[in-house]
Amino acid sequence: MTNRPYIRPMPNSWWLREGRYIRYMARELTCLFIGFYAFVLLVGIYRLSQGPETFDIFLAALWSQAGLLMNLAVFIMAVLHSVTWFNLTPKAMPIWIGDKQLPGWVIVGAHYGGWLVISVVALFIVGGL
Amino acid sequence: MSERQITLEVLRYRPELDDEPVIQSYIVPVQEEWVVLDVLNYIKDNIDRTLSYRWSCHMSVCGSCGMVINNTPMLSCKAFVRDFPDTIRVEPLHNFPIERDLVVVLDDFMKKMTVVKPYLIPKEPVAEVDGTYKQTSGQLKRFKPYAMCINCLACYSVCPQYALNEGFVGPAALALAHRYNVDSRDQGRSVREDVVASNEGIWECTFVGACSEVCPKHVDPAAAIQQTKIASTMDYFMDKLLLGKKKSGGVVKQVEGGGA
Amino acid sequence: MARSNKPIVWGLFAAGGTVTAFLVPVLVLILGLAVPLGFLSPTDLSYDRVFMVVAHPLGRLVLLGFLTVSLWHAAHRTRTTVHDLGIHSDRTTMLICYGVAALGTVLAVIFLLRL
Repeated sequence: MTNRPYIRPMPNSWWLREGRYIRYMARELTCLFIGFYAFVLLVGIYRLSQGPETFDIFLAALWSQAGLLMNLAVFIMAVLHSVTWFNLTPKAMPIWIGDKQLPGWVIVGAHYGGWLVISVVALFIVGGL
Repeated sequence: MSERQITLEVLRYRPELDDEPVIQSYIVPVQEEWVVLDVLNYIKDNIDRTLSYRWSCHMSVCGSCGMVINNTPMLSCKAFVRDFPDTIRVEPLHNFPIERDLVVVLDDFMKKMTVVKPYLIPKEPVAEVDGTYKQTSGQLKRFKPYAMCINCLACYSVCPQYALNEGFVGPAALALAHRYNVDSRDQGRSVREDVVASNEGIWECTFVGACSEVCPKHVDPAAAIQQTKIASTMDYFMDKLLLGKKKSGGVVKQVEGGGA
Repeated sequence: MARSNKPIVWGLFAAGGTVTAFLVPVLVLILGLAVPLGFLSPTDLSYDRVFMVVAHPLGRLVLLGFLTVSLWHAAHRTRTTVHDLGIHSDRTTMLICYGVAALGTVLAVIFLLRL
């Protein structure tokens, strides 16, 4: 009998093969938007250091049509990042109380709850201060 | 009851005949209660004696009959034909070299399973009078899900990192390491970490999570690996930064408790 | 086999993933969408108010931490994703990704100190 194992190649498009891989890749690509937004904030801080006029130019750009599209894209991908991140927390950080494992939905729910509180409080502070 | 006929498409590879795998179709009359393995056995007995595949227990215990059925790796003895359309595609597990037809080469996994030291490494030999270790049901619960692995290798078949990174220890073996690390009777975590926390261990994992989705025994290797990442990161900073000790290099200098 | 030094970058990745998951959506909402959408008035983000928050020592510290973990989270995930997509010269990828993150971190320190 011939011993000649066949190795199936792994194409670079492997992640298009199944829905789960496409979802994984979408999750991973959120990081580009997170990183990009950090640089947007860096520019904002730089403009802030230059005085009110330049800061207003920065805000005008941020609220221009192109800026809004960018913000919307970052927002959507950031939410995707949050959702995928929180949903996986029970696997990475299971909580045991005595001999009982806390159900995963409690851990996920606590993260969503914290997320909601932080977001609402932040909006309230900025809007109502 | 009218008899159902299905077409089983099998990815075949006969090294003496084929340069690369080819699809061969078989038309098979099936019974309501049949699983895909029954179809393969029918073909072997009645249509084509040359078809090669592994199986043993026919009851989801031995893990021999793992194969890719309609793009998803599963145990063919657990895949009921009634849950599938009339054409079913059967392939060998992905990410392993194909030996012949549905039989893959397992050498790489066998090696990786042993390097994680999948056995109890106690601090002291058992002291109980009857020679057994005492363990509460609560302590058992911590590791039992990770002890259910039957090495069917469905997890390796869906793990892109196993395919992309030569040397990656992979989901089942890392879950097995975790199984012993969280066993109250075991003190060998730091010994295993020399492999588990190396570049070829947990750090190749990017938490795709597919391994846990396809596991027929609900082992959840993805969870085991992420928990190991957190534990190893803690160890790293404790060892290298806070205490100024260097522990890398593979020699056991200290045996410590095996927390999650 | 030697133990990996990955915990350094993975630790930053995990910290950044958690911090950004909680903060980035609401941050983008406030800074980039709430004014045009009418939830906030432009005066809520006036220079004086923003400067007061950002230039406060605590504000600078929080922002530096936030930006650092955001950048390193993105850098580490980008590195593994580039590898996933079939570019296997990991050393080059690593230098570029972590290099950009390091540059961003340095810029954050400089910009925040200059306020």
